[in-house]
Amino acid sequence: MSDKLLAVKDLKIGATVYPPGEKPHDIEIVHGVSFELEKGKVLGLIGESGAGKSTIGLASMAYGRGGVKITGGEVWVNGRDILQTGLGDIRALRGGEVTYVSQSAAASFNPAKQIMEQVTEAAILQGKFSRKESEARAIELFRKLGLPDPENIGSRYPHQVSGGQLQRCMTALALCPEPDLVVFDEPTTALDVTTQIDVLMAIKEAIRDTGVAALYITHDLAVVAQVSDDILVLKMGDMVEYGPVDQIINNPQEEYTQALVSVRSISHEEKEPTSEPVLTVQNITARYKGTNFDVLKNINVELHPGQTLAVVGESGSGKSTLARVITGLLPQTVGRVNFAGRDLSPDLPGRDMEDLRELQMIYQMADVAMNPRQTVGTIIGRPLELYFGLKGEAKHKRIVELLDEIEMGVEFIDRYPAELSGGQKQRVCIARALAAKPKLIICDEVTSALDPLVADGILKLLLDLQKVEDVAYLFITHDLATVKAIADSIAVMYQGEVVRYGGKTDVLSPPFDDYTDLLLSSVPEMKLGWLEEVIANRKMESAGN
Amino acid sequence: MPLIVKLLVQRIALGLLLLFLVSILIFAGTIILPGDVAQSILGQSATPEALANLRRDLGLNDPPVTRYLNWLGGLLRGDLGTALTSGQDIATAIGKRLGNTMFLAFWAAFISVPLAILLGLVAVRYRERWPDKIISAVTLASISVPEFLIAYVAIFVVSVRLRWAPSVTTIHDSMSLGEKLHTISLPVAVLTLVVLAHMMRMTRAAILNVMQSAYVETAELKGLRMFNIIWKHAFPNAVAPIVNVVMLNMAYLVVGVVVIEVVFTYPGMGQYLVDHVSKRDIPVVQACGLIFAAVYIGLNMIADIVSIIANPRLRHPK
Repeated sequence: MSDKLLAVKDLKIGATVYPPGEKPHDIEIVHGVSFELEKGKVLGLIGESGAGKSTIGLASMAYGRGGVKITGGEVWVNGRDILQTGLGDIRALRGGEVTYVSQSAAASFNPAKQIMEQVTEAAILQGKFSRKESEARAIELFRKLGLPDPENIGSRYPHQVSGGQLQRCMTALALCPEPDLVVFDEPTTALDVTTQIDVLMAIKEAIRDTGVAALYITHDLAVVAQVSDDILVLKMGDMVEYGPVDQIINNPQEEYTQALVSVRSISHEEKEPTSEPVLTVQNITARYKGTNFDVLKNINVELHPGQTLAVVGESGSGKSTLARVITGLLPQTVGRVNFAGRDLSPDLPGRDMEDLRELQMIYQMADVAMNPRQTVGTIIGRPLELYFGLKGEAKHKRIVELLDEIEMGVEFIDRYPAELSGGQKQRVCIARALAAKPKLIICDEVTSALDPLVADGILKLLLDLQKVEDVAYLFITHDLATVKAIADSIAVMYQGEVVRYGGKTDVLSPPFDDYTDLLLSSVPEMKLGWLEEVIANRKMESAGN
Repeated sequence: MPLIVKLLVQRIALGLLLLFLVSILIFAGTIILPGDVAQSILGQSATPEALANLRRDLGLNDPPVTRYLNWLGGLLRGDLGTALTSGQDIATAIGKRLGNTMFLAFWAAFISVPLAILLGLVAVRYRERWPDKIISAVTLASISVPEFLIAYVAIFVVSVRLRWAPSVTTIHDSMSLGEKLHTISLPVAVLTLVVLAHMMRMTRAAILNVMQSAYVETAELKGLRMFNIIWKHAFPNAVAPIVNVVMLNMAYLVVGVVVIEVVFTYPGMGQYLVDHVSKRDIPVVQACGLIFAAVYIGLNMIADIVSIIANPRLRHPK
């Protein structure tokens, strides 16, 4: 009935939820979404977690993850409503007409099978190509996607290639059966920013060269602006705005879209070093037991009271290891850590109660950093008992004060972590750290697992608390936008070394060293054509060299 | 040396060390057992002099360490000693019995292992639906009833009433394979029922665990049929726990068949061991104990080796 490749009409999706203390019941998570996609076009689905983007993407393959059920509406693919056809037809659709690229290629490849077998499996099964043709196609795709050694990479196992390479293999897997539509579900979110740009370009070129249509799902508007023709903005299962990419980015109509386009409203003036540093890391070199290479090489940084030092780097650069050394979890082999005027013992048992109290940590995964069987009040109250011996009324009063500081009310005191949202959980973790009245809090990727708008709120809170409590932050992150928002000084780490260190303005102003330049230029900007610009610049530079 | 070779060598060395420690344990255990061999050979009316002479001749007066070292030296040369009660060479007597036990265990495993895995796969395919529930109920019921009871019920129904298979399962060399199999069909069936549930449930649990993985979803989104997904994508990643439980049950088939052998008067190791425990024939008990321990340790070692080899990260290092 429709000549479009994909036409979704008033799609409604439901799920069974199991709230604590209540009976399981059905709720609706997508409330009537409609959109269309022509051959060879790319539609970006954008929204925060819980918006229903992945759920809608998978519905175009008539698939519901876990207890998710499609409860109403129509999904037309190639002229038939796939919600009405039989299982056999749906199997032919999946892996034949519509294919899927997931966020985590590392988890989506079977660890026990060679890459080639998995890439060609659908094409052979669906009878699209013979084994020989499929393998030839796969090698061609590996080459097109810029994978090293395209002839032989297929004979490797998933664990033998890097995360960025595996994500490209996943794209090859999706393109191999020559589908009409590919659903890309956050395909670059798990990658480092310098890797993301290459994968993004590879995906974009593959879409262009094969003429395949795509649904591109992401929470990152800057990324989706680079690859899409149209954008559909979703919020809590509702359509917010639907239009051409140019209009959404440059002239958003809805308030929510405007908020998404302009997140990172925080600006923070760099503060001058005031007094003696609270933390001095001197010549730190460290290695893990049983290995024979240094993960940290001669690190020197300092941090002043009431200020923020941002440690930036990609995965494997050693930034979390630095936190482990400072907290005493990994004793250094060389160097010393001076904290509040005294040298800290390298190992944990050598530190006294005061050392432990004055140095607190907040983690990336607030979920697993709290005991799920303890209430918010118990969690925040524990350091109050441990360090200050508070009990009864005094303890309760202080817990209420702390809840007030993190902008959560007293009504949360008896809730369990499972009853809180992601942002609220992270706030409780902040309160727990503050309860100890520390001089330094190490924040390890504290906003990485949060949606942009929620993360924004957390960063604002941290900055406000810093003014009141005069606490210093060692802020570990891979996200340069966060760094710009909150840092006073910055240390850029690469392969266990600090390659650039200084005040925020200095570090972020040219001339740059090669790595910092690469890192800064890889952060997606909310600008059409940014991707092509960067790639063109890089090609010119390498031609010039 | 590649990591995988190192791990395998370590595991095998550990198995041998374990066997050595178990030999000490068995020897010590049999020494502190109550009862006197000399007394049980000569009977209650023996004179003290005759008892003393016999003890000296049997070497029972030597210090335990000397006796252990002599025994261990004999073992390493393949000499299990002679039975005190009959004067027979133990190795010869056991060889025949062990062969019979292995024959029974082999056929029980031959039927039960593929059947358990197949039932496990079917249970996953139809999880929470009636085939899964029936399989679970039947296998659980069969493991919950004591094996001797199943054995006697089977004898009553199959041998006595229906007269399909013999209840006394003595086999000897002059029988053809077909005759032997017919003779042992009842004990094989009972043993299969006993070990089936454990293996089937572990297979089901291990595969269900893997079915949560993202790569199973990938396979589903490739349009694969459910049984293909289970067999091709889930099963290879669930091999390690399955092999472990299969080997534990195979060990049980060799070591734990005492009851079944006695019920069916099958001429295997179990009966031999029980006979000689009651006669206080220490060397035979020691030899049987050590062989059982070796089977147990050996099969578990094989399970660990298969688990190591099944891990693609170890098989194909970066």
